[in-house]
Amino acid sequence: MAVLLLAEVNNGELAFDATAKAVTAAKALGDVTVLCAGASAAAAGEAAARINDVAKVLVAEDASLGHRLAEPTAALITSLAGDFSHICAPATTDAKNIMPRVAALLDVMVISDVSGVVDADTFERPIYAGNAVQTVRSKDVTKVVTFRTSTFDAAGDGGSASIETIGAAHNPELSEWVEDKVAESDRPELTSAGVVVSGGRGVGSKDDFALIERLADKLGAAVGASRAAVDSGFAPNDWQVGQTGKVVAPDLYVAVGISGAIQHLAGMKDSKIIVAINKDEEAPIFQVADFGLAADLFSAVPELIEKL
Amino acid sequence: MKVLVPVKRVIDYNVKVRVKADGSDVDLANVKMSMNPFDEIAVEEAIRLKEAGKAEEIVVVSVGVKQAQETLRTALAMGADRAILVVAAKDVHTDIEPLAVAKILKSIIDEEKPGIVLAGKQAIDNDMNATGQMLSALLGWSQATFASKVEIDGNHAVVTREVDGGLQAIKVKMPAVVTVDLRLNEPRYASLPNIMKAKKKHLDEKTPEDYGVDVSPRLEVVSIAEPKARKGGEMVDSVDMLVSKLKEAGAI
Ligand SMILES: Cc1cc2nc3c(=O)[nH]c(=O)nc-3n(C[C@H](O)[C@H](O)[C@H](O)COP(=O)(O)OP(=O)(O)OC[C@H]3O[C@@H](n4cnc5c(N)ncnc54)[C@H](O)[C@@H]3O)c2cc1C
Ligand SMILES: Cc1cc2nc3c(=O)[nH]c(=O)nc-3n(C[C@H](O)[C@H](O)[C@H](O)COP(=O)(O)OP(=O)(O)OC[C@H]3O[C@@H](n4cnc5c(N)ncnc54)[C@H](O)[C@@H]3O)c2cc1C
Repeated sequence: MAVLLLAEVNNGELAFDATAKAVTAAKALGDVTVLCAGASAAAAGEAAARINDVAKVLVAEDASLGHRLAEPTAALITSLAGDFSHICAPATTDAKNIMPRVAALLDVMVISDVSGVVDADTFERPIYAGNAVQTVRSKDVTKVVTFRTSTFDAAGDGGSASIETIGAAHNPELSEWVEDKVAESDRPELTSAGVVVSGGRGVGSKDDFALIERLADKLGAAVGASRAAVDSGFAPNDWQVGQTGKVVAPDLYVAVGISGAIQHLAGMKDSKIIVAINKDEEAPIFQVADFGLAADLFSAVPELIEKL
Repeated sequence: MKVLVPVKRVIDYNVKVRVKADGSDVDLANVKMSMNPFDEIAVEEAIRLKEAGKAEEIVVVSVGVKQAQETLRTALAMGADRAILVVAAKDVHTDIEPLAVAKILKSIIDEEKPGIVLAGKQAIDNDMNATGQMLSALLGWSQATFASKVEIDGNHAVVTREVDGGLQAIKVKMPAVVTVDLRLNEPRYASLPNIMKAKKKHLDEKTPEDYGVDVSPRLEVVSIAEPKARKGGEMVDSVDMLVSKLKEAGAI
């Protein structure tokens, strides 16, 4: 059995952590060939070749593959599909955009957000905002799977796989990139950070969200937010943690002014240690918190920053 | 231009689902069901397109059990014009997979010829996040997922998408399949007079056989289990105690 794994490549650079976690999940299924596609992807290909347990790397560089538009990327993957029993990717927004398209082109189902591999046909995935775990067995010839990275450890960095350069597929020219609005940040990336500090509606304003960011910086943490905080404009969309945002499982998750709705818990309840700071003793977040502090965040957080 | 919006009937987002004791399924008997929240956003966007003079007709489609009628009536009460219900299951626990839903939607679209499809980015029950992308592939149309802004300009649409790194804007050729994200709009509530009016709007009932689509699942559900429970609930009295507990646990 052979696995084709779409690497996460952003602007020519390999997202090592997300890709290496997917490699860990995929290697149980067969020999892993990693595909690095992009307008520039050679450097990403070299980085991917160093991931342990990767058998081979394919590099496809073409202007049409820049910005990871779904149609040309799906066309490329479909053209390679014949050689593989499984086509996989880490469950990033890019892969969630591309992989269902690939599956439909192959007339197979996609299996999204897999959190466990039982055998080559059988997978576990969370459903209903993580309130149930479904085990599904695929009857399709080719399995198209995305892996929830928060549940797999990253494969190490010591391999030396061979690299082959391939061409792009025909570009259907259905869409074109216009612009990215990406905030540069020196903080760790949310889904791979060891510590995450998140703020909710209780923080009250965009200005006061700086308090959450100060605590995060003190802990060397990434910053997250609840949907309510994002909807209210306190924080950008890519900080949203939850069922319909990012799923994180850091060593330490600090939830500040967040009530603990099931949709939020779905994105963080696999964190190793959860701390909650909320002025309402009855807030549901305390039921999942290892350490709960019922206090006003505007006094507790500055004190915490000082004492850390 | 005609707009087609697929809407799914799902467990209400406020309800915490329970797994049946025998692990065969989740228990959906007697729980509140509602329109998938993302689909409300899609219906709202369609109505706004119509109000802006960019669309003439809004057709809503649901694939599922007969009770999905209620979901379609809600969409009609919000402002959709016409509904199609494809009755594909008898039991609320039988869910139709995105690939089969996409095939049925494709057949409907071949007949209806909409200029745009607005779907939810994911259904909050199975969280597959797949139907729109699969439909776009089957149609050979452009796709723009996770939309937080949609601007239609003649033969193109510029769509701003919520992605891992922030926002991405892309320009897609029409016709297109767009899947909507949370920040696109705030859906309206249906007013009582509109709920009454919706009862008279046209709702067509079909079956998958009418479209020649085989809905048998590709994925067999082996079992459904409760997730590992977390043992939380320890309270600390002060910031000092929190800091010492975190040190003890080796977290800082
Ligand atoms: C389809 C759908 C998808 C969703 N997806 C997500 C998702 O991915 N992620 C997500 O987070 N949510 C999601 N939600 C929203 C979710 O249901 C909740 O509405 C949201 O998580 C609430 O955010 P919150 O806890 O910040 O706000 P609230 O529930 O309003 O809680 C604010 C908390 O702050 C506390 N507080 C207020 N002032 C202070 C103070 N001074 N000091 C200390 N504490 C204070 C309050 O006691 C309260 O507990 C989704 C909802 C739907 C319908
Ligand atoms: C308990 C349980 C039992 C299951 N049993 C079966 C089974 O017996 N048979 C089977 O085939 N599968 C079964 N499944 C698999 C499951 O049905 C699919 O994984 C699921 O339907 C697809 O995901 P989604 O609905 O989250 O779609 P998504 O792709 O997340 O939905 C995205 C959008 O597509 C549109 N859409 C999706 N579905 C519909 C619809 N039906 N009508 C109109 N628009 C729609 C909406 O706009 C929606 O917002 C079962 C799953 C569970 C959890």
